[in-house]
Amino acid sequence: MDLRYTDAEESFRADLRRWLAEVLPTLPPKPEATDWPGRRAYDQGWQTLLFEAGYAGVDWPIEGGGRGASPIEQLLFKEECERAGAPYVGTGFVGLLHAGPTIIAEGTPAQRERFLPPILNGSEVWCQGFSEPGSGSDLASLRTRAVRDGDHYVVTGSKIWTSHAEVADHCELLVRTGSEDSRHKGISWLIMPMDLPGIEIRPLTTIAGSTEFAELFLDEVRIPVDHRVGEENDGWRVTMVTLSFERGTGFVGELLESMRLLRSLTDLAQRTGAWGDTAVRKRIGSLTAAFDGLWALTKRNVSEAARNGIPGVGGTVFKLAYSEQGQQLTELAMDLLDRAGLAASSIEGADGQGALPNEELVDAWIKSISLTIAAGTSQVQRNIVSERILGLPKEKS
Amino acid sequence: MDFDLSDDQRALKDAIAALVDGVLPLDATRRAEHLADVVDPAAWSALAEAGVFSLLVPEADGGVGFGLAEGTVVFEELGRVLAPGPLIATTALAPVLAAAAEGLAHMVLDAPGRSATPPLLEHPVTTLGVAVLPRIEQVAEEAVLIETAALGLTTVTRSLDPLTPLAAVATPLPQGQILEGLDTSALRQRIMVLAGATQVGIAAEVVAIATAYAKGREQFGRPIGGFQAIKHLLADALARTELARAAVQSAAVTLDDPHVAEREADTLNLSTVQLRWRAVAGAKLLADDAAITNARAAIQVHGGMGFTWEVPVHLYLKRARVLASSFGTRSELADLLAALA
Repeated sequence: MDLRYTDAEESFRADLRRWLAEVLPTLPPKPEATDWPGRRAYDQGWQTLLFEAGYAGVDWPIEGGGRGASPIEQLLFKEECERAGAPYVGTGFVGLLHAGPTIIAEGTPAQRERFLPPILNGSEVWCQGFSEPGSGSDLASLRTRAVRDGDHYVVTGSKIWTSHAEVADHCELLVRTGSEDSRHKGISWLIMPMDLPGIEIRPLTTIAGSTEFAELFLDEVRIPVDHRVGEENDGWRVTMVTLSFERGTGFVGELLESMRLLRSLTDLAQRTGAWGDTAVRKRIGSLTAAFDGLWALTKRNVSEAARNGIPGVGGTVFKLAYSEQGQQLTELAMDLLDRAGLAASSIEGADGQGALPNEELVDAWIKSISLTIAAGTSQVQRNIVSERILGLPKEKS
Repeated sequence: MDFDLSDDQRALKDAIAALVDGVLPLDATRRAEHLADVVDPAAWSALAEAGVFSLLVPEADGGVGFGLAEGTVVFEELGRVLAPGPLIATTALAPVLAAAAEGLAHMVLDAPGRSATPPLLEHPVTTLGVAVLPRIEQVAEEAVLIETAALGLTTVTRSLDPLTPLAAVATPLPQGQILEGLDTSALRQRIMVLAGATQVGIAAEVVAIATAYAKGREQFGRPIGGFQAIKHLLADALARTELARAAVQSAAVTLDDPHVAEREADTLNLSTVQLRWRAVAGAKLLADDAAITNARAAIQVHGGMGFTWEVPVHLYLKRARVLASSFGTRSELADLLAALA
């Protein structure tokens, strides 16, 4: 149980902190949330800066062009970026966190050479075509069909929850190449260029009013066979391999953001007078304990990844606990806002102390509703914990 | 940074587990239910010989010289088997009280406040002396040691936890001997961390007991552990344990290692004094919550059998209540944490 950082880790942190302090003031103003081309350009600009400074793909192995940082350095990287207020990965998310690591592990030399450098330097954006209207938690039931025709797959079907589809260059696509009932054994992993004929993108509006997700309708889209990553019908394993890149740092940014939000709620409670309410203070105190505990759990999970080279099941436990606490946090935020929480755009306080934080907090509240749904619902996480850790009988599959 | 148990800590855990399974199996411990003295002298001696009480005493003073990190490893195992007696207080006092380091049973009591409830002393018959700690908000005051025999005690006929006998203590307390040079904050924090570790042991063990039951108990033609309603209850309980364990161990390391305390204090913009309180208060709050909530969930998984005296889960729930009501209730800890948020 050692929580000290080594001199090498401290110097990694100090260099990064210095670089962030230099570079962040030079960033252009953030684009409007609905300006997707603007957001793509902004995120690409940030990724290019990271690339030039040697921080692109900090968690990628060196042979894939990344920095090959240790899990602990990855933790420090996320911690420093969050504390300095650096931009999030944004539209680079799928390429950097998912498609890139998959191609490193399973791609051909030609695929690596073609697709990895543009992810690292920010020039190309990826989206994900995994879920389908009929295949959510049960992903292995997906039905988007790929039929071989010479050097091409002819793909027909539909995908949902495809983030940043409108501004993406490529899509990591799971398709059915086996028989209809082949489930895990009949799936292939394809790279789909987003400019091919037959792709229709229909934006989905979330309950936050945001449009980062879309539905994809694929009508006989012709994808070259050399865009398949891994063997035909081996796409499920290819997808699972990607998960082994997870180093226990999956939600560090979100966790630190929540801790910052909690501190801001203390200020808000003092401003509104709610601080005098014992029940409010106790909720703040309990959340402080929970988030400090989650931070300790993160260090546990990262240590496990550093020691064993593979992540333990701790990530699932973390995700389950964080999702619940994150929602309690934003529920408290809404309670503290009181009727100001009915205004989703900024309003001035009646106390002459400037704008209320309602815009940020309302947005955080609505987004937090997805915490127990996205990246595996909490119900699915509970199945995983009870089956893989406690060894209770499996659901039928 | 390596927040896993070190190889030595793993070996310590295995050794203590083997010891308590040998000398303190719960079935044997249960024979003392409702007795005035629940401590088995042979088991207590075995713990003393293994160094449980001198665990935190520096080697130079004849102790084992371990830190609280190792303390959490040991007390989690003691919690797992519901080891009876004033173990936490005796171990926590040992660095400042030679008699405790030698294994003579002592208790620690919060100074009486303005409550309708009289001070309740645990293990009155077993305990030779009682250290009275100034209340948490009066840390500047000194702690005193009073011989148990000098206290006016009224035995509580029936205690909630049949393995934690109680006596009501008459107030005002008699004069005691001032414990010179005692850092009362450090003592209280040691107790909170060891209590938290014991709660983690309880929280983990009730999940293990309920999981084993859910795998074997069949209804509607299948093990009840196959039903999501049961699986999800236990998954949440496991998550609570892991969160609490990480917090308790992190608090222990924060108290052990000034470098860690300084770094975290710097990050959170707190003083190291505030940071230590925040770490131990958060840890105990999560551990209390995990132990109580998990024990209730474990009873629920057992259905009607969980409401019987025979199934031991209720003993874990009752012990969890004893620990949660000592040295910071969840409500008090939440208040303290809000002031340090």
